[in-house]
Parts: sequence; structure tokens; C-alpha cells
Amino acid sequence: MRWSIRAWSTGKGMATTHIPAEPSWWRIFSRNRGSVLGAFILAALFALAILAPMLPFEAGRIDVGPSMAAPNLTHLMGTDELGRDVFSRAAAGLSVSLMVGLGAATISTFLGVVIGGLAGFFGRSIDALLMRLTEIFQVIPRFFLAVLLVAFFGANIFNILIAIAVLSWPEIARLVRGEFLSLRSRQFVDAARVAGASRTSLIFGEILPNALGPVVVNATLMVGQAMLLEAGLSYLGLGDPTKASLGQMLQEAQQIMRSAWWTTAFPGSFIFLAVLSLNLVGDGLTDVLNPRARGR
Amino acid sequence: MPTKSLLIYVGGRLLQAVPILFVIILINFALIHAAPGDPIDILIGGADATPEYIEGLRREFGLDQPLSQQFVTYIGKIAQFDLGYSLRYRESVLTLILGRMPATLLLMGTTLFFSSLIGILLGVFAARRPYSAGDYTATFLSLAGYSMPVFWIGQIMLIIFALHLAWFPTQGMYSLRAPSEGFGRILDVAHHLVLPAITYSFYHLALIYRLTRIKMQEVLALDFITTARAKGVAEGRVVYRHALRSAILPVVTVIGLNFGFMLAGSVLTETVFAWPGMGRLLYEAVGARDYPVLMGLFTMLSIMVICANVITDVVYALVDPRVVYR
Repeated sequence: MRWSIRAWSTGKGMATTHIPAEPSWWRIFSRNRGSVLGAFILAALFALAILAPMLPFEAGRIDVGPSMAAPNLTHLMGTDELGRDVFSRAAAGLSVSLMVGLGAATISTFLGVVIGGLAGFFGRSIDALLMRLTEIFQVIPRFFLAVLLVAFFGANIFNILIAIAVLSWPEIARLVRGEFLSLRSRQFVDAARVAGASRTSLIFGEILPNALGPVVVNATLMVGQAMLLEAGLSYLGLGDPTKASLGQMLQEAQQIMRSAWWTTAFPGSFIFLAVLSLNLVGDGLTDVLNPRARGR
Repeated sequence: MPTKSLLIYVGGRLLQAVPILFVIILINFALIHAAPGDPIDILIGGADATPEYIEGLRREFGLDQPLSQQFVTYIGKIAQFDLGYSLRYRESVLTLILGRMPATLLLMGTTLFFSSLIGILLGVFAARRPYSAGDYTATFLSLAGYSMPVFWIGQIMLIIFALHLAWFPTQGMYSLRAPSEGFGRILDVAHHLVLPAITYSFYHLALIYRLTRIKMQEVLALDFITTARAKGVAEGRVVYRHALRSAILPVVTVIGLNFGFMLAGSVLTETVFAWPGMGRLLYEAVGARDYPVLMGLFTMLSIMVICANVITDVVYALVDPRVVYR
């Protein structure tokens, strides 16, 4: 049974002190104008990525226009040397990039939460062992290991995604471990423990929900990092040859930069805008999810 | 500080690097055997080999022996700095990598110097005027700086400054007609270095700026700064002598710990500008599937990262009196 302090019906005879309500999360988020801008750009890019198959020109198809036509009303971002429409191809590449970014960030966040959570909750030798492993993974130059993995196992979207995901979890693991360490001895967790809560309900019911804030922020930033990694790999010639990819477009554009700047400028600006907007949104989410960091 | 305890500290740090090195060798070894196809194809690395050469490789790596024995052989080879042989270049991988290392170090050193200098100055500037128009502009630009793929920045630089304005050469490290020694050669290399170094600086500049700004803001709010100001110490001296000295330490650490990312940026920059360093070698090796070179580069770059981490820790220990050696 719950006792309500507020009088529901008329409030007659009951003195209520006015406590300012916690501002809604959008209120806090929108205080940061950059984050709002980022959210809008991101929404537009997602819309474009989803609508990519409906664009008038097929993404990878050659000779849909003249070779190396400058941007015009038919081909908004021009065409490349094979007469492919840059806009359609970049939109398709963007959807692949976003997919890789989201997928890799999801997997690595999951890995990081599990490893960091185990280390932080159980402490002692489990912690020591897992943290040693995390340190080793942090020191190994990740980009090169990703290059090696993709070069050895074949350049396809699945391998690229896994290579990026497997190499990105250490940051999240350290973060989650820190949160678990500080939360597991807080009073509300002790209270639940004394009340007879099981380990599972302590972890999933008490600690994890309170540790999620920084994890969400980090996951947002990681999507951008993963997109940059994917672009870098495809630029080095390790992209999936069957899929349009922004990095691959930039690699091909390198040969014709002198006469067709648009083949470089537009695909690159897609990556730039996506990563920038993710970083801006991440900043805003920090304000929302981490009350301690709320400055300004 | 006693020299002896410092030596023990450095030794301890180096010992901690041993497991990491072991993991790296293990990764290479696992890749040779786990990758699809015959391990021998990996060791040949996408070139045409004679039957005698293949037979020699089989014997050298002990491919007919049990896996554990092969691993021991492999560790033995790495311990003797034998990183394999590239049939494509007809040269040992170690010689190949060492030959490309100076170009990479030149590019990295130049970039690190200028981006640290400018990044720290900008960070101090912004921290002294928090939430001013200048602070917002610099902060936004730094955010943009590390949201851009470094190779794309390079391409844009190339289009504008090399192709259209023709102020700088488009690729490589030397011109064919430039003098091959003396001052003329230095000028020629410097001319080629400008665009790659600027390109490669964006990310570091952004990172160092952001860090310096945050740390300086923290330090400037501390009591000892107020005391210094109250004593009547000149503002410039307060900022650069008192505050910057304690704010710069974490910045130095982060630069050291980011060495791995720096190397990744170097690969992409070198690829854009055909700069003849280790990154360009990696790009060529990826294209030719020259696996021995790829594995050798991974090993060498990992060793460089480990060294950078140890050096950072030691510098930190030397500079910060609060660090206690154990």
C-alpha cells in the first residue's frame, strides 16, 4: 500500500510545498543548441539512408549519366568516371556505414557491459584478470589489428563489423567497471541485499539501471568512431566489394580528383556530418543523463 | 630522485609489457593458421613462389610439426627479430620496415610538435575566456576536427592547395629535379611535408586543444591560483607559469596514450599523399595481400606503441613528484 502525500481531489486543507519539477529530458537536451542541430542532421541522414533505394538512380549502376558530369539538376552531386550517380551511391554507402556503426557499437557495448560488469561486481581475482585482459586490448593498436583481421578473413561487411566491434569494447568495460565498483557498496544496493535480493536482481534491478547513463553516451560516440574506422578500412581497399561504401568511393575518387572534385567532396561530407552529429548528440545526452556534468 | 629506484621502475614497466608482446605474437600465429586457406599461402603472401622456396618455408616454420612446436619456432624467430621475408619486395620484412620508418617518424614528429604547440596555446586562450565567442568557435572547430576522416581532409587539401592553387607538390617526399643533398634537399622535403603535416594535425590539434582547455579551466579555479593573483603576480605569469605547468601533465599523458591512434592516422595520411613511410607500405601490402609484411608491420607498430606507453609513464614519473615508485 502506498501513501500519497499530495491530495488528489481538491487539495483542500493540505499544505503542499512547491518543489520545482525535474525538467523534462528534452528541455535539458535542447539547452545545448549544438545537440539539437546534431539531432536534426542525424535524423535527416537516417531518413536519407532509409530512402536510398527509392532515389531515381540505382546506386551502383554505371552509365546512368555522362562520365564525370559536374553537379546539376539531374545529378545533384554529379557523376563519376563510370557515369554512376554520386548522390544515389553515397546515400546507399551512408546506409551501409550507419548499419556498420550501429551494429559494431551495439555488439561492443554489450561485450563491454558484460566484461566490465562482471569485473566490477565480483571484484578480486575476476576483476584483476578481466582488467589485465582489457589493458592488453587497449594497448594493441586496434586499427592495424582490424586491417589484419579483414585482410586475412576476407573483406565483407560481416567481418568488418565484427573486427570493429571486437576491438572497441575496452573503453566501455572500464567505464562500467568503475560504475559497478562505486555503486555496489551504495546504501540502496546494501538495502536490497539485506532485503534478500538475489545476485541477478542486484545486478539487473539495482546497479545496471544506474550505470546506464554514461554507457549510452559512450555508445553514441562509438557509433561515430566505428563509422570512421569502417571508412578508413574501405579507403585502404578493405571494403566489401559488393556494397557501396563511402570510404571506397573516396578511394576511387583519388584518381580523378583533379577533374571531378565532387566525387571526393560529397561522400566525405556524408561521413563528416554523420560523425559530427553523433558527437553533438553525445554531448547533449551527457547533459541529460549525467546530472553532475550539467554545467552552464 | 634516486637513479636506482628509477631504473627499477623502468624495468618493472618493461616487464609488464611482456604479456602484451606475447599476445601480439599469439595473434599473428593464430592468424596464419586460422585464416581460410593453407598457412603456406599466407607465408608466401600473394606472390609467385618456386617449389624450392615453398619447401624452404615449410622447413623454416616447421609446418609438418605439431602446432605447439611450430609456435615455439615462431616465438624463436620473432625473438631474433626475424619478421619473415617478403617475396614481392625480395627483401626481409624487418629491413623493409626499418627503411620506411624515418619518413613516418619525420611526419609524426613534425605533426606532434606543431599540433601540441598550437593546441596548447589555443586551449589556454579558450580557458581564459570561457563561454566567449572565441571559446565557442574554437570548441566547435575542434569537434569538427575530430569528426572528419583524416584521409578526406587530405584529399580536400590536395584539391585546393596542390591541384588548383599548385602551391605544394601533390605527392611523395622528394622532387626528381631537386638537389639530392644539402640545404636544397631539406627545403624540398619540407615543401613536400607541409600538406601531409597539416592534414594529420587536425585530429591532434582538436584533441590537445580540448584537453588543455578542460584541464586549464579546472586548474584556474584552484586556490593556489587565487593566492598567486592575490599576491600580485602578473596575470601572464599566473597563467603560463603556475597554471599551465600543472595542467599540462595530463595532456602529455594523453598524447602518449594516443600513440596507437596517431599511427593509424599516419597510415591514412601517407596513403593520400603517397608519403613513402610505413603507412604507405601497409597500403601497398594490403593491395597485394602481402601477409608477411602486414604481420611484420603489426608487430613493429605494436612494439612502438608499447614503447610510447612506457616512455610516457617514465616521463610522468620524472616530472610529477607525487608518483611513488614501487
